[in-house]
Amino acid sequence: MQQIRWLAVLPFIGMFVGPILHNSATPFILGMPFILGWLVIWVLLTAAIMAVIYWLDPVRLAGEEDPK
Amino acid sequence: MNIALVLIALATVLALVLGIVARSQHQMNLEQWTVGGRRFGAGLVFLLLAGEIYTTFTFLGASGFAYGLGAPAYYILGYCTLAYVISYFMLPKIWSYARNHALVSQPDFFAHKFDSPALGVLVALVGVVSLVPYLVLQFTGLGIIVQTASYGAVPKTLSIIIGAAVVTLYVIISGIRGSAWTAVVKDVMIISVAAFLGFYLPIHYFGGMSKMFEAVNTAKPGFLAFAAHGQSLSWFVSTTLLTALGFFMWPHSFGSIFTARNAAVFRKNAIVLPLYQLVMLFVLLVGFTATLVVPGLKGAAINMALLKVSVAAFPPWMVGIIGAAGVLTALVPGSLIMMSASTVFSRNIVAALRGGQSNEATVQLAKFLVPVVAIVGCYFAIVGSSTIVALLLMGYSFVTQLFPVLICSLMRRNPATKEGAFAGIIAGVATVVYFTLAHQTLGKLLPGLPDVIKDINVGFVALFANVAAIVVVSAMTAGRRVALAKQGAE
Repeated sequence: MQQIRWLAVLPFIGMFVGPILHNSATPFILGMPFILGWLVIWVLLTAAIMAVIYWLDPVRLAGEEDPK
Repeated sequence: MNIALVLIALATVLALVLGIVARSQHQMNLEQWTVGGRRFGAGLVFLLLAGEIYTTFTFLGASGFAYGLGAPAYYILGYCTLAYVISYFMLPKIWSYARNHALVSQPDFFAHKFDSPALGVLVALVGVVSLVPYLVLQFTGLGIIVQTASYGAVPKTLSIIIGAAVVTLYVIISGIRGSAWTAVVKDVMIISVAAFLGFYLPIHYFGGMSKMFEAVNTAKPGFLAFAAHGQSLSWFVSTTLLTALGFFMWPHSFGSIFTARNAAVFRKNAIVLPLYQLVMLFVLLVGFTATLVVPGLKGAAINMALLKVSVAAFPPWMVGIIGAAGVLTALVPGSLIMMSASTVFSRNIVAALRGGQSNEATVQLAKFLVPVVAIVGCYFAIVGSSTIVALLLMGYSFVTQLFPVLICSLMRRNPATKEGAFAGIIAGVATVVYFTLAHQTLGKLLPGLPDVIKDINVGFVALFANVAAIVVVSAMTAGRRVALAKQGAE
């Protein structure tokens, strides 16, 4: 399950892919210019992704870095 | 004295009182003064880490950047989020190593990892130099607040001096506990004020956020997307990455890692902090609204966008509350920065070079250095004319050069040698210094390059030089070490 940590790559790809493929103010998302709305969505998704990682992370569950 | 200034003064006094109360409960030795005795739970560490993003940079810098440049300001929303993703994996490792070896500062950490006190001195120097523009921007922000809230009665220079004096006083009487408690008050205030302004101003002037953006898009076509060159897409991607990687490299951010009680604190924070920093969105909304409502601010004056639009929209008492929130956002990070700079200088540069200096002498020197650092920051804030974002990005270009070496040191088998670490940091910093001092850009240096490469942030370009130097020098020195070991064995 260590692989679950690779989910953390998604925010890096997600954040940049939208603006790179579609560098434009329109269409508006959530009432915001396209890129800004895209980033806001990815901020929310990132929090969700980090929650999933936290939940399933074997390193955290093993408490490897915590004081013994 | 008008009501706005009175409210701002009251907020300042409140912060000072909180500082005194926090201090009186604890004896201050070196560990107390700088790492809060390593006893902070999730709540306080959260506020210290979160507190660092809600600085004058957010409040005045981000809104001014949106006001003056448009789309490039979007990067601010991206970089903190990505930094927290990195923090999930990186901070627990740093924390547990520091704890196991009783390390209290960033230079200690590097020195211990590479078994090289000299590397600690180099890291300390890079840290202190990077902190200067960061401090200058807090003072610049404080100056703008006092100047605007006094409706011009207090001139710029005097405003900056007053701001710097308050931060200095605050640091001297409080130490890090003061920072943590004031951070609570500060965050509540900044979030309420930012959310209010971000909601209210677009509705007040345009009837809603979406209508506001439509108006901006009509009045300034292209403003809400990235330009073809200059601060283009590749500027956006490289700047976001540079600042995300550098986020925890500041001596004071690195220092707040040590204040945690356990490593779990950071993992939980990595989930919540991306949401917490969404407040930044409201600040950007204020900037975009201001671009049509109070047009005409140019150059460094874009820093004033948020306050100008507030003055236009509200009575003085409301400007006072906004200004008070602004003062606190400069006070908390400003105090952390000043404390870090002086502690690092005293402990990791002077004491490390002299050797055998007592802890008391180090603390005394650090306290003596606080006003010195303030004067330096004050000087640059008065003579300088940079935008707040430009100042922050300059600091980031320097401080992120510590990132590659740090990552090497956290790997199970450190691929970098001591010499490689030196070479990498020096190559990175030298590249930034060259580009900054010579006002050089990749475009001027090699005009034939496509825009995609030309627009890359110089700090990011320097990271390549940095990594290349680490790889080459480590390969050379690691080989020699193996050869020596072999000779010894024969």
